[in-house]
Amino acid sequence: MSTLLEVTDLHVEFRTRDGIAKAVDGVSYAVQAGQTLAVLGESGSGKSVTAQAVMGILDSPPGRITAGRIAFHGQDLLTMPERERRAVRGARMAMIFQDALSALNPVLSVGHQLAEMFTTHRGTSRKDARAKAVELMDRVRIPAARQRAGDFPHQFSGGMRQRVMIAMAIALEPELVIADEPTTALDVTVQAQVMDLLAELQREMDMGLILITHDLGVVADVADHIAVMYAGRIVETAPVHRIYAAPAHPYTKGLLESIPRLDRKGRELYAIKGLPPSPHHVPPGCAFNPRCPLARDRCRTEQPPLYEVAAGRTSACHYWHECLHGTRDSGTPEGAGR
Amino acid sequence: MGRYVIRRLLQMIPVFIGSTFLIFVMVYALGDPVAALFGDRAPDPATAAQIRRDLYLDHPLWQQYLHYMGQIFQGNFGTAFDGESVLSLMAGAWPLTLRLTIVAIVVEAVVGVVLGLLSGLRRGRTVDSGVLVLTLIVVSVPTFVSGYVLQYLFGVRWNVVPPSVSPGAPLNQLILPGIVLALVSLAYVTRLTRTSVAENHRADYVRTATAKGLPRHTVVVRHLLRNSLIPVVTFIGTDIGALMGGAIVTERIFNIHGVGYQLYQGIVRQNSPTVVGFVTVLVIVFLLANLLVDLLYAVLDPRIRYA
Amino acid sequence: MPEPSSAQNPGEAVGNAGAGGTMDLAATEAETLVPGRGGEPDPGDRPRSLWSDAWHDLRRNPVFVISALIIVFLVVIAIWPQSIASGNPLACDINKSQDGPAPGHPFGYDTQGCDVYTRTVHGARASITVGVCATAGAALLGGLLGALAGFFGGWWDALLSRISDVFFGIPIILGGLVFLSVVTSTTVWPVVGFIVLLGWPQIARIARGSVLTAKQNDYVLAARALGAGSTRILLRHILPNAVAPVIVVATIALGTYISLEATLSFLGVGLRPPTVSWGIDISSASTQIRDAPHMLLWPAGALSVTVLAFIMLGDAVRDALDPKLR
Repeated sequence: MSTLLEVTDLHVEFRTRDGIAKAVDGVSYAVQAGQTLAVLGESGSGKSVTAQAVMGILDSPPGRITAGRIAFHGQDLLTMPERERRAVRGARMAMIFQDALSALNPVLSVGHQLAEMFTTHRGTSRKDARAKAVELMDRVRIPAARQRAGDFPHQFSGGMRQRVMIAMAIALEPELVIADEPTTALDVTVQAQVMDLLAELQREMDMGLILITHDLGVVADVADHIAVMYAGRIVETAPVHRIYAAPAHPYTKGLLESIPRLDRKGRELYAIKGLPPSPHHVPPGCAFNPRCPLARDRCRTEQPPLYEVAAGRTSACHYWHECLHGTRDSGTPEGAGR
Repeated sequence: MGRYVIRRLLQMIPVFIGSTFLIFVMVYALGDPVAALFGDRAPDPATAAQIRRDLYLDHPLWQQYLHYMGQIFQGNFGTAFDGESVLSLMAGAWPLTLRLTIVAIVVEAVVGVVLGLLSGLRRGRTVDSGVLVLTLIVVSVPTFVSGYVLQYLFGVRWNVVPPSVSPGAPLNQLILPGIVLALVSLAYVTRLTRTSVAENHRADYVRTATAKGLPRHTVVVRHLLRNSLIPVVTFIGTDIGALMGGAIVTERIFNIHGVGYQLYQGIVRQNSPTVVGFVTVLVIVFLLANLLVDLLYAVLDPRIRYA
Repeated sequence: MPEPSSAQNPGEAVGNAGAGGTMDLAATEAETLVPGRGGEPDPGDRPRSLWSDAWHDLRRNPVFVISALIIVFLVVIAIWPQSIASGNPLACDINKSQDGPAPGHPFGYDTQGCDVYTRTVHGARASITVGVCATAGAALLGGLLGALAGFFGGWWDALLSRISDVFFGIPIILGGLVFLSVVTSTTVWPVVGFIVLLGWPQIARIARGSVLTAKQNDYVLAARALGAGSTRILLRHILPNAVAPVIVVATIALGTYISLEATLSFLGVGLRPPTVSWGIDISSASTQIRDAPHMLLWPAGALSVTVLAFIMLGDAVRDALDPKLR
């Protein structure tokens, strides 16, 4: 198993009217070949911006990568000439967007948009590219692919459109696919079908997958590893089965507890109190401290590093012990009663 | 699609009747064509009555209008008071104006879209501000002023082109008049393209196109520009009619004997058949251009469905 | 020269091609204006309305300040031309025909031997009068008819749309030539009347569009549900919100109307001597452009600056009133 993608200490800033917003503030994660990394977080946590930086499609200006390294097969994408980078983008590394209706060009047929992958990267003739586009649509199980290749995005249903997006991403059998909330815009019944398809294609093609989501339910079935993000930073990483059993960060814990569960029927649903911070006014210390049940003075002044809590597990919480084992450290009584 | 075309054609009929009738009323009811025929001399009453009968002028206005339109649709545009048939005037004038309009449209489309694209892609930067100021200035200088100034500079001062166009109006002599005619529209095309490009620049599908690894020029031309041009094409289409009307001023400045020139002469000399004939054709061209734009719109934007 | 064009455009994307391309864009962008809140004239519990926000922005916008200053200056010399040019614009000395600048006559003389400076200053009155009156007329007539059409809909709306289609079908310079060539009056009123006649449909469309938008607002629906009458809803809730786009379009239209008046005067059917008008002066200067370009320069420059000032003002007002651009 080799490391496919390694993001190290990535910083992204947005210059806006209200000042500089640190959208991504020192994020590091890695994806192994053929494995799935789920990146979890609320909107505004920087999960999508990180993905855009990896793909090299950051809106710039106002976005700007100020520091960090994004290594793909050990090669830094950030220092790569744009020409080479473009050859990677789409062909070896592809992205699935959340809202296929707006992410697909409304005035070009889906067949054309799929064929473009082959004509651009492989120099395939238009006719052959068109045939391959139909094959692709078949592969993602769009019925009557041949007839529908000439249709435009608005003529497809939401689920079918997302299949087109997936087809476009897997067209050139990339090594890495980044799926940014691929099912959020879909009906619940369709969500499962699309996720199943994605998982199946991943297995078949042995692709690495970064699944960006805020839905913990989706993650359990498909992910190998999880990275939880909050306010532009990673707060916890862990293998998927471990995190459900015992989260090592109060934020993750809060997320897990706010999932409605049948065995807790009738009880009030847990909700993390407060709101995520604005990227312009991130609280000092641990960004989560105003909302954290474990917070004490140290959390308000000292930013926690990523502690290694077990093999392959990290947590950015000073008091990860308490969270993980449900116990309190001795000598810190002030958080009691919260 | 076929049904849509037919519906649009039917919708045009009242507009066509209304517009031509309005002009007809202005020409025939407000002025006195027979008096105009005689110039300053007082017409002999008997002769005048005879002429009125010949010209169908002794009927109520709406009957005159019906009679006139009936004639037109049989291809008879009547005779100008100086004896020349209106049809032959048209045969001489229309090709010139058509050529002039084509030059103007090409100038306005090419230059306008390029400038608009450049400033739209660099919104807020120096290029953008420069282009915006330039378009404001161009819009503010009336065509007849810019026409004379450019004619003076290029035709007289620097002697680059002949100051007035020779009778045959070869294409190379029409470039300057074409630019003059296009100037104001050019500024609108630029601004419209700019707004449209700047709006679409952040669109998700443009980001998708980049994520696909397409080269920058493909992203810009095939994905961004293609979508941004939809409103621009519509504007240019509806502008065809406006340009033909605006040719009155341009043709006068550069002495081109096209539709605008003939119309102007017709109006000044109260040559009613000429005026109404030319205007009728102008209105038809205008309406057809609008229909064409509608259809083009459907081709460019598949989301528009015609029921 | 701007022309009216389209009968009915497909899609609202481009709005309509109205009595001038300028207005096309203004129209396009103005139609997207989101009517602000604040139908209720109740300054107490309304922290910042669309208008006070806009005013706040405008005062800091150099484009607005400059164009407003130019316009104030133009209005002043239109009302009191004698204040900066005491001479008589009609007092000419043929012996000085086409002479260059002389002491007290900085712009030189025209073909008739009239002082170009005096004529240029006095020419402002005709242009400003035509622009202001025609815009006021077109905005009132078009605004009222458009608002009624948008509010009541139905056959009234259909009829108005067809009528404005007819007016859009006539190229404006052409219509001006036909209509004004039979008029012999030397006052500005026939020109004003004609511009109102062909200009109102364009404003009516904008007014109709913004009333339609305002009508859908929740508070209007709520007022209706509470049993407020049509007149009350129209006056208190809808009109205040429909006014902003009309003002924007009207300001820009004012510039193009001035330009239109000059064009018609240039063609010999607009204002006529002895009225002092930039259009007339440019027309007579144009034949002498080879020998005396200065005769063209001043009136043409004055005309262009005036039109520019109004278009810039309209642009600035639109930017201030359009919350989308913030």
